[in-house]
Amino acid sequence: MNTCAHEHLNTFTQQKNMKSNWPLWEVFIRSKQGLSHKHVGSLHAADEEMAIQNARDVYTRRNEGISIWVVESKHITASNPDESESLYDPANDKVYRHPTFYDLPDSLKHI
Amino acid sequence: MNQKFQYVLHLADNALILGHRLSEWCGHGPVLEQDMAMTNIALDLVGQSRSLYQYAAKLEGKGKTEDDLAYLRDAFDYRNALLVELPNEDFAYTVVRQFLFDVYNYFNYKALTESTDQHLVDIAVKSLKEVTYHLKWSSEWMIRLGDGTDVSHEKIQTALNDYWEYSGELYTPNALEKDLAAQGIAPDLTKIQPLWEERVDLILEQATLQKPSNTWMQSGGKEGVHTEYLGLILTELQYLQRAYPGAEW
Repeated sequence: MNTCAHEHLNTFTQQKNMKSNWPLWEVFIRSKQGLSHKHVGSLHAADEEMAIQNARDVYTRRNEGISIWVVESKHITASNPDESESLYDPANDKVYRHPTFYDLPDSLKHI
Repeated sequence: MNQKFQYVLHLADNALILGHRLSEWCGHGPVLEQDMAMTNIALDLVGQSRSLYQYAAKLEGKGKTEDDLAYLRDAFDYRNALLVELPNEDFAYTVVRQFLFDVYNYFNYKALTESTDQHLVDIAVKSLKEVTYHLKWSSEWMIRLGDGTDVSHEKIQTALNDYWEYSGELYTPNALEKDLAAQGIAPDLTKIQPLWEERVDLILEQATLQKPSNTWMQSGGKEGVHTEYLGLILTELQYLQRAYPGAEW
């Protein structure tokens, strides 16, 4: 989204906190070149049908996508940032899990 | 008088004035997402008016541009239907106005894709995709508000009752439209009317709304006889070109 729309969003978020109770939805768009849907942002909508339409209006104005997924934000389970050490650090000292760990013979080309 | 020129102006004026009305919602929408939906529709309509004005200027053959036609004509030269110049009032009125117009606009563009005028066919084919979405948007809001809460139902019913008498002008052909329909250039509005009625009935039923019983309809817009609102719209829309003739940016 452009800057203008962001400022717009802030104003509306403030208004919304006061009076609106439409649930929040996360939006995923697959672009023409993309193989998978990518998270592009979130929006408010009364139900899934409105969420798809709103996503169309808010996130695909410049031909960004050919497919839209929406999911209510409350259905997303996220990892806990406090657990990042135990979740991710063990991978740090296992360099052999990366392809760059292995020496390739000179005779192999185009890799 | 160049009939085709007058007809293309009518289509262009409908699009520009309704687009302008909707653009007044920019930054004032009830929620961000609907603010953007209305602005998108406004942009579609203004875009359609540009294609039509460019063609109209060519038909007139006086070396004018799209800007001359949009910014330098007075209210009595405008040929838009009265409905599109009516005020936004609240979201319910805006949705009703949009819905009544979209149903007409959808079937009219659909029929226009079979015009004997290739230029109009090209514009209609492009516009029809946009208008199909406009109709989906306004139909869903009619249903949502009509079949929503007591408050939303009452608001949308009131708006429907108030703006209903401006709907007949859309599908009632004037002499110009009859002539052009006979030549296969413009759609035959007497064939559009039953399609309009059928679709409106269907959506009103789903929306649990009462179809207004009054059958007397306002008219005049297509002949240049407008409500007081059009002058006020043009005052704002044309201000820059009137105050600084030829200004560019």
